[in-house]
Amino acid sequence: MEKRVKFRGWLLPLLLIAPQVVVSAVFFFYPAGQAIWQSLFIPDPFGLSMKWVGLGNFEYLLSDRYYRASFVTTAVFSILVTLSSMIPALFLAVTADRLIKGSGVYRTLLIWPYAVAPAVAGVLWLFMFNTRVGVVSWYLGQLGYDWNHVLNGGEAMGLVVVASAWGRISYNFLFFFAALQAVPRSVIEAAAIDGAHFWRRFWTIVLPLLSPTTFFLLVVNIVYSFFETFGVIHTITAGGPQQTTTILVYKVFSDGFVGQDLGSSAAQSVILLFVVGLLTVVQFKFIEKRVHY
Amino acid sequence: MARETHGMVERRGAGLWLTHVFMILGVLVIFFPIWLAFVASTVTQSDIIRPPMPVWPGDQLWTNYKSALFSGLNVPVATMLMNSLIMAVGIAVGKIIISLLSAFAIVYFKFPGRNLFFWLIFLTLMLPVEVRIVPTYEVVAGFGMLNSYSGLIFPLIASATATFLFRQFFLTIPDELAEAARVDGARPMRFFWDIVVPMSRTNVAALFVILFIYGWNQYLWPLLITTDPEMNTIVMGIKQMFPSGDDFADWPTIMATSILAMIPPVIVVVGMQRLFIRGLVDSEK
Repeated sequence: MEKRVKFRGWLLPLLLIAPQVVVSAVFFFYPAGQAIWQSLFIPDPFGLSMKWVGLGNFEYLLSDRYYRASFVTTAVFSILVTLSSMIPALFLAVTADRLIKGSGVYRTLLIWPYAVAPAVAGVLWLFMFNTRVGVVSWYLGQLGYDWNHVLNGGEAMGLVVVASAWGRISYNFLFFFAALQAVPRSVIEAAAIDGAHFWRRFWTIVLPLLSPTTFFLLVVNIVYSFFETFGVIHTITAGGPQQTTTILVYKVFSDGFVGQDLGSSAAQSVILLFVVGLLTVVQFKFIEKRVHY
Repeated sequence: MARETHGMVERRGAGLWLTHVFMILGVLVIFFPIWLAFVASTVTQSDIIRPPMPVWPGDQLWTNYKSALFSGLNVPVATMLMNSLIMAVGIAVGKIIISLLSAFAIVYFKFPGRNLFFWLIFLTLMLPVEVRIVPTYEVVAGFGMLNSYSGLIFPLIASATATFLFRQFFLTIPDELAEAARVDGARPMRFFWDIVVPMSRTNVAALFVILFIYGWNQYLWPLLITTDPEMNTIVMGIKQMFPSGDDFADWPTIMATSILAMIPPVIVVVGMQRLFIRGLVDSEK
């Protein structure tokens, strides 16, 4: 789409666009270029010079047991976060949609967690499951279950998944609820007259009509669990125990800033860059489709 | 909506109550972590370290919040709140201003390199700050912007979402308006201030809500560049309040800080719910 009416001149538009171009160049393109460049070197042990290794950092990474494990961890983590935030959200949205009155009140209450930062959510969940003072872990102890996410990798993963999914339920609820409200009443009522029961209507009419929203949320939630859950993991497990909760973004941070392995961290950034690119392409392909839906 | 008159597929009687019960249960489960944090912020440390902690608020609310706000553990929480506020508003306002200007240039002018700039901006959509942290940190350190507001703000306004949003919106402004302005001999900037900016008011407000929360909830970036506790933001400062050794954390203070950290974004989201939902839908499309 283009405007037919354009103003003349070239200096003014360049001045107008300059702030964004400068900020992007300095804080975006230069660092991104730097990451790509650094990924081709390894610094010597004294940090005085850089040795060219070509794709050596990548070869090393892809053969590194921990890095490959981190890929699996990220995949498991993002699938679990996506499912455990979307399913409860859909359930709540479907329930709220059946109410004529009062759904607004529930909506207002349910959007709260969205405003809570992932790092703060991490602290709240850590508090509930803290091995010494946590309420939930204490009651689990009373039931004979010895909760210890500091030592048990599976429990650590469960906890970061729930803490990450919690705030996303609000987000997904808003989108599902809006989509449900847009489903034509006449279609649902026609099915009801034909004797279709609630669950039958849900599976055969409502869910297919929700599919654009569902696919959109799938992609958005995967992107979220890849890149925005750093705060949750850093506050609850710091990637442990034994790296069982070290997702890719966390590894870029821990290798780059804690381990000071700049070449490897930069190579990881470049790999992530490809992952983001891929996800963005998927997202755009899908959005294009949705326009024609 | 005509839903009131139909009501055939909505619940009535016992079913209606059951639906409400489900919703209330859902709300309670979702709220439980926040409630517990609130309770913990109103009791004493000894109430907490002898589990199970109480489930109803105690009488230490004023004491805990006063001590958190004005003395804190590393730095008064009031200082961290101020830092977060400056950062969040800085990011929101900065992004809105640079994107309004560049979207105006892209939509209303034809100039050399326009398509190139457009694609360059588009590329920035793709790379979250988490991915390029080490080199971005080096750039900011090189400028001497560690422990400064500009270091907190600038790297996070380099993103294109807002530009795209405004571009989409400007494309829907009727051409007749620009035509009339041109016939009247109005200069482009006059058209921008008198027509484009006022028409974008709702979009600006919706975007502000989204960007404010985005800025307020940042964690990794402030964690890297604010080594001075005086510059900590509240969201990253909470983690710094945990002791490194085996000591008990000061849970009442930490939980009071957590509650304080969520109050501003919650007020923004709940108070400006309409704008928030609109901004959410707009910025994701």
